[in-house]
This record gives sequence, C-alpha cells and structure tokens, in this order.
Amino acid sequence: MSTSVAEQDEGVEIAKRRASEGKRAEQKLGMMLCAPAVIVMLVVTAYPILYAIYLSFFRADLRTPDANEFIWFENYVTVLSSPIWWQAFGVTMLITVVGVTFELALGMLLAIVMHRTIVGRGLVRTSALVPYAIVTVVAAFSWRFAFTQPMGWLVGDGAPLTERGPSLAIIILAEVWKTVPFMALLLMAGLALVPEDLLKAASMDGASPWQRFWKITVPLIKPSILVALLFRTLDTFRVFDNIYVLTSGANDTSSVSIVAYNNLIRGLNLGIGSTMAVLIFITIAIIAFLFIKLFGAAAPGEESSR
Amino acid sequence: MSAQTETTGKKFSWAVVNTVVLLYAFIPVVWIISLSLKGGDTLNDGKFLPGNPTSEAYTTIFKNDDFIRALINSIGICLISTFVALVLGTMAAYAIARLDFPGKRAIVAMALLISMFPQIALVTPLFKIETAIGIFDTWLGLIIPYITFALPLGIYTLSAFFREIPWELEKAAKMDGATPYQAFRKVIAPLAMPGVFTTAILVFIACWNDFLFAISLTSTNRARTVPAAMSYFTGATTFEKPVAAVAAAAVIITIPIVIFVLFFQRRIVAGLTSGAVKG
Repeated sequence: MSTSVAEQDEGVEIAKRRASEGKRAEQKLGMMLCAPAVIVMLVVTAYPILYAIYLSFFRADLRTPDANEFIWFENYVTVLSSPIWWQAFGVTMLITVVGVTFELALGMLLAIVMHRTIVGRGLVRTSALVPYAIVTVVAAFSWRFAFTQPMGWLVGDGAPLTERGPSLAIIILAEVWKTVPFMALLLMAGLALVPEDLLKAASMDGASPWQRFWKITVPLIKPSILVALLFRTLDTFRVFDNIYVLTSGANDTSSVSIVAYNNLIRGLNLGIGSTMAVLIFITIAIIAFLFIKLFGAAAPGEESSR
Repeated sequence: MSAQTETTGKKFSWAVVNTVVLLYAFIPVVWIISLSLKGGDTLNDGKFLPGNPTSEAYTTIFKNDDFIRALINSIGICLISTFVALVLGTMAAYAIARLDFPGKRAIVAMALLISMFPQIALVTPLFKIETAIGIFDTWLGLIIPYITFALPLGIYTLSAFFREIPWELEKAAKMDGATPYQAFRKVIAPLAMPGVFTTAILVFIACWNDFLFAISLTSTNRARTVPAAMSYFTGATTFEKPVAAVAAAAVIITIPIVIFVLFFQRRIVAGLTSGAVKG
C-alpha cells in the first residue's frame, strides 16, 4: 500500500518534470519563432529612431558637411519658433480632425448599408473595397486631374488647386474617399456583434430607429469605433501622398510630413529634418496615449480587447 | 399584397442606396480610365467620358523604358517583401497564437507601435544609413523598410486566423496514425492556407501602395517603383504633365489589384477586420 503511494508520487513527479520540460521547450520554441521578426522590426525602426534623435542635436547639413557640430536643443528652438512648422502643424491637425470626422460619419453610413442591405450585398461589399485597393498616388492623380484646367471634369471655371481653401478641401476629399471603406469594415465587424433581438425588443417598446442607433448600437460598438478612430487619426496625421501629388504643399497646404520631407530630401538638412521627425513621433505618441487613457480605446492585440 | 409592395418598395430604396455606394467607389476610377483613353485632341475637353477612345497612351507608356523598369521594380520588390514578411510573420504568429512564452505581450505591443509609426521619422536615418552601407537606390534598400512595416500587419492578421484553427485535429490525426509531417501537410496546412493567402494579399497591397519610401530612398530608375516614377513623369512645366501617360500608368498598376480584390472580397474583409478588431 505504502509502496504504491510512493510509486504514485514518483509518477506525479516524473509527469511534473516532463510537463515543465515541455513548458520550457514550448517557451524556447516560441521565442525562437518570434526572434527573426522581432530582430528585423527592432533593427529597422528602433535603431534609426535613436539615430534620428541623435541627429536632431546636431547641425547636420549635407550641403555644408564641415560645419557639423553638436548644438544641443538649437534645432528644436529653430523648428518650434518657425511659422512654417506651426502652419504645417495646423494644416495637419485640420486635415486630421475634419477628415476623420467625415470618415467616421460616412464610414458608419457605409457600414450600416453593407450590414443591412437586402439586395446585392456581395456587390456592395465588393465595390466598397475598390478605394481601399487603389494606390493612394493613383487616386490622388485622379482627383488632381479632375480639378485641373483644362482637362478636369469637376473644375468649372476656377483653378481650385491654386487656392488654399479649395486645395485643403480637395486634400480632405481625397483622404476621406480612400479610407471610408476601411473605416466601414471595422465598424461593420462591430455591427455584426449587436444582438438583433435587442434591437427588435427596443423597437417593440416604441424606440425610433434614431433612438435604437444612439442608445443601443453605438454603446455596444464603442470599442470598434474607438479602435477605428485611433487607427485613422494616427494614419491621417502622417498624411503625405495626397498632398505631395495634389499641391506639393503649395499655398500653405503642407503637412508636417511634407515639411519634414522637404527639409530632409530636398533641403538635405538632416538636423532640422530629424528634429521634425522626432517631433512628429512625439505628437503621434501623445495622440495614441490620449486615446488609450482618455477614451479607454483598447489597443488591438491586448488581451482585454477580446 | 401590401406586404409584397412593402418589400418591393424596400428593395427599390436599397437598390438606390447601393447605386450611390457604387458611384462613390467607381467614379474616380472610371475617370482615370477615361483620361487614359482620351486621344491628344479630346484630352482637354473636360468631359467625363472619352468621346473617341484610343489606346495611344498605352502604346506610349509601354515604349517608355523608365515605366517598364519601374513596373519590374514594383513587382519584384513587392513580391520579395511580401514573401519574406509572410515567412517571418507566419513563424511569429504561430508562436503568438499557440505557444506560451515570456515576452509575448511585449512583441504584440511592439508590432502595434510600429504599425502606428510615422514613416517620415525613418526616412532620414534610413537615407543616411543606406547611403553609408551602399544599399541606397537598390531593391534591398526598399525591401527592408517594406518588410518592417508589413510585419505588424502580417503578424496581427495571421495570429487572428491561427487562433481560429481547430488545432485538436492535429492530435486526432496523429492518434489515427499520421506522422507529424502528414498531420501538418494534410490537416493543418490546408486549414492555415486561406489565412496565409489573405494576409499575402493585404501585405502586397500595403507594399504596392507605398510612396514615401519609394521617392526618398531611390534616386534613379534602378529601384524606383511605379507610384514614385509616376510623380517624375514630367513635361517642361507642371502644366505639361503628360496627363494621358500618367493616367495609363495609373490604370496599369490599379487594374490587377482591383481585380484581385474583387475576386477575393470575402477573404479580404475577413482579414482586414480580424487583424484590427479581434487582435
């Protein structure tokens, strides 16, 4: 009797040891499988961003390579006291806020259409993907030609791309057109999770469609909305392709990315360009932080979001 | 009877709404196709559709060595980037979806950070580093950043797909006498393929769409991709931009992707939403 207990204990011990060996093997395998991807991502992003921070403390102009020197925060002072930077910052904020607002409203409409339509659902979902699939530069050229004399069909008599207001409107239009489908898909995934019974019950109780939307649907799909907003806000803040093609930043329509690009690649002023890059990076980090802290947007991939 | 008319009425209003969606999606596309088909004399008539379609612009563009070269660059660079990102991404996603190991959360968080990273912040350092080690203006010089930005997308989408796979089937197959290789080949691989394939499409589209790296990290047609090359097609002034040629180039790089997307619509929707929402 006692021996069998001892044997049993021994058996349990062996099983435990095997389990922990298995556990260790699993951990090792997991880390090995992730290592290549992690190394690539770290080498290509972490190292360059550190290098950009380093460069931002130097006078580094490729046109005058001999004058390079460590100048502490002078570049930051230069950039942060430059009207060009703040102009671009304002334009970027404007495009982001107005663009994302329209994207959310239209994206929600499109999501509802794709979710509810009783005819041609496949056709609608398929064609809604077209803007997503098109190269941004291609769509931007399409808008540019449409709004340029003499070939444009939307241009009328004026020259909208030579004036600031209309140019900004067209940039926002191009940005919104391209990204509404993506927004709509994210929201549609949320809509699919709203229980149909709940909406029916509310309808029986006399709630209007408008009330049902605001009181039931919106609160239930809030996580999807926040994730979509977070993604799109950060992405729009980086706006570059559309502006480059539509106006090249003429008439004060530059975004921060365009200004940084002009300093880096056209002006070859690496110090100033890197300073702007670092400032853009910091702004994006702040926006993401605010979204996650203030609105409680669950970052995708976090365990809690599922 | 009245219920009948009600559904007919509803169907009709939905048809109207759907038509609006279709117009929304297709008007800019039809317009650029239309421009590419306009001949020299009708190019500037400002009409939405070409009065007298010709394939002149396409003949011109296919005689343009810079464009051909850019097309080869685009296809080669994007295919290689997609392939490498998928191999690395599949390994990592498998580990994230199935295994328990320290640092898993950190990896997911890092991938998220990178997907939100402002690419412009990498342009200078990459420009300097690539010039220093001699890969500026080469395929490799673009493939490296493309892989980096494709990896987070790939890892998210793939790990979401992999979580849905019923892995017990593998064990069941082994119990029925299959070797591990057979179990993988006959059971797991077929279940995983749709996810991998969808991810490949999403990653390829992301690379194909890039413009910023393509204009910043190239200086000649050695590695310049089509979106970048398009912005360099120039006449003497902006007003002399060869509109029809740009339009034709635009159509050529758009149509294959659109057809692909239309064909695999269902999977792409699943891929885009699973990666972003379920994590």
